[in-house]
Amino acid sequence: MAGNECAEQTPPLDSRSILLRKEILRVLEHSRRGHLGAAFSLVEILRVLYDDILHFKSTAPDWPARDRFILSKGHGCLALYVLLAEKGFFPREELERFCKPEGILGGHPDARKIPGVETSTGSLGHGLSAGLGMALHARMANAPHRVFVVLGDGECNEGSVWEAAMSAGKHRLSNLTAIVDYNKMQSYGSTAEVQNLEPFADKWRSFGFAVREVDGHDIAALREVLRAAPFDRDRPSAVICHTLKGKGIALTEGNPAWHHKSRISDDELRSLYDGIEDTPCVKPV
Amino acid sequence: MRQACLNAVYELARADDRVVFIGSDLGVGTLAAFRKEFPERFVMEGVSEANVLGMAAGLAMEGHIVYVNTLAVFLTRRAFEQAAIDIALHNLNVRLIGNGGGLVYAPLGPTHMAIEDVALMRAVPNMAIVAPADAREMQRIMPLVHAQEGPVYIRLAKGNDPIVTSEDEPLAFGRPVCCRSGADALILSTGITLRIALEAAELLAREGAEAGIAHCPTLKPLDRDALAHAMQPVPAVVSIEEHVLSGGLGSIAAEVIAETPWRRPKRFKRLGLPDAYPSRYGSQADLLKFYGLTPEHLAEAVLSLRDNTGSG
Repeated sequence: MAGNECAEQTPPLDSRSILLRKEILRVLEHSRRGHLGAAFSLVEILRVLYDDILHFKSTAPDWPARDRFILSKGHGCLALYVLLAEKGFFPREELERFCKPEGILGGHPDARKIPGVETSTGSLGHGLSAGLGMALHARMANAPHRVFVVLGDGECNEGSVWEAAMSAGKHRLSNLTAIVDYNKMQSYGSTAEVQNLEPFADKWRSFGFAVREVDGHDIAALREVLRAAPFDRDRPSAVICHTLKGKGIALTEGNPAWHHKSRISDDELRSLYDGIEDTPCVKPV
Repeated sequence: MRQACLNAVYELARADDRVVFIGSDLGVGTLAAFRKEFPERFVMEGVSEANVLGMAAGLAMEGHIVYVNTLAVFLTRRAFEQAAIDIALHNLNVRLIGNGGGLVYAPLGPTHMAIEDVALMRAVPNMAIVAPADAREMQRIMPLVHAQEGPVYIRLAKGNDPIVTSEDEPLAFGRPVCCRSGADALILSTGITLRIALEAAELLAREGAEAGIAHCPTLKPLDRDALAHAMQPVPAVVSIEEHVLSGGLGSIAAEVIAETPWRRPKRFKRLGLPDAYPSRYGSQADLLKFYGLTPEHLAEAVLSLRDNTGSG
C-alpha cells in the first residue's frame, strides 16, 4: 500500500466520525486556535483505540492494569481531548476552556493536569521512548497490559524516534505498538518534499518491528488491524495508518494552511461548519 | 568516586526492588555483579542518550527509581530536552549519573568536558544537583539522593580523588557543610574544589589568615539561609568551582550575597572557568592549573580580598 492510495478509497465517514469532528469544531469555536489538520487526520485512529482496543477506567485513570496510551504527536490533542471527554475522563465543559488560563487542556497535552494523559507531549520525538520504558516495566512486572504510541509522520524526522525504534526492536517488546498517522503533510508542505520518509514501512521493519499498513480512516479496517496486534509475539508492532490531513472537510483536506491556525475568524468557522455539513455521512460501522 | 557511586546503586538495588539501572554503552564489565544478580533491572542501551532518558522517564512513571549513567556532557547537553521535559517536568525519580564533571576528560577535548553542566541542570525546574568531593562523600550522599522525590543530577569527579571529607561532618541534602571556620574569609567549594580549598586554607593559616570553608556537595536545592549564615561573620567570600563562572556555585553565592541585607558589604570573588571552551589538552590537573584553580591562586585571591576589605 503506497502513497494516498488507500485514503482515496476510504469509505464515507460515519455519523460518529462526523460528530467527533463537530465536537472539535466546537472547541475551536471557543478557543479560535488549534492544530485542526493534525486532529482531523487522527479521529478514526483514536476513536477505534478508545472504542475497541484500549482497556481503561475513566473514573480511575491510574488503574494499574490499564493499557498505556501516548499521543506522541501532541499537537493532535484536539481529537484526544474530545475522546477523553466523551469517555468521561473529565467533564465535556472542560473542552470550552481549551487554552484558557483556568483550563486543564492546553495546545499540547500536559500529564500533570489531564486525567488519562500518561506523559506530556508536544515536543516531537519523545513519546516512543517513554512508551518503551513503560513497556519494559510491564514486561519486568509480568503485567499483561500493553502500550500504544501514536506518532506523526513529520515527527518521524526526529532522530530520537529511530533511537527508540532501534531499542524497541532490540528488546523485542511485543507489548509495544507504534501507530503512525501518515497523512503525508507536515507544517511546511508534503512529507515527500520536506523530508521523504519512504520506504517508510521498510524502515520500521528494518528496525525490528512487525508492520501492517491500513487506511487510517476506515473504521472496520483499523479495528481489524489493531485487534490483530501484536502481529508477532517476538517483535514490537508498527501500524502505518494512511490518512489525509484535515480529513472530513473539503476546505481543510490536504491543506497545509490548516496545520495550525490561530485567530480563527467567524467566517472561517462558518466555512468549517458548512463544510462538515456537506461531508457525505453514513451510519456508524 | 564513580565506583563508589555505582557500588551504591548496586547496594540500593539490593535493598529496593524499584531500582533500575540504564547505561548508555558504558565500559565493558560495568556493574557486572548488578547485572548478574538483577538482569531484568540492568539495561545497557546503545549510544542513544535521548532515548535512554525517555525510557528512564517511562520506567519512572511506572514507579521505578531509575539510575542512568553515561558521560556528563551527553546527559546534560545532548539529551537536555529529555532531561527537562520527559523527566523534570514530571518530577520523576530519575538519577542522572554524569561521568567526568568539569575538566576530567581534558585529554579528550571540549566535546567531553562538562564545563557548563551545573548551569544547564540548575536552570531546569525540579532538578536537584549533587557534586561530592570524594568517594567517601559520594558513598554518604547516595542514600540521601535515593530518598529524594524528583530528579537528581549527580556530577562525578575523576576517580581516585584524594579523600578529603570526614565521616564526622553532618551531611544533609541541600545543606552546605561547614568544614572549617575562620574569621577572615569564607571559601565556598563544590565537588573536588574542596581539596583545593582545604589546601588553600592551610597556606593561608601559615600567612596568619584564617579562612573558613563551606562546602556544597548539593548545589540544588541549597539552603540559602545556611549559606548566608556561614558568610555572616566574615568580610570576604571566595567561591571556587570546576565550571564556567556563569550559573554554578559562584552565581549561587553572588545571588545570596546580593539578596542578603548585610550590615557591612561583603567582598566577593568567584574562581572558576572562563566563558570559553577549553583550548588545551593535558590532564585535569594541568587544566586546573592553567585556569588558576589551585590552592596557591585561591589563597592569593583570599588575601587580596582581605587586604582590600577595609578600603571597600
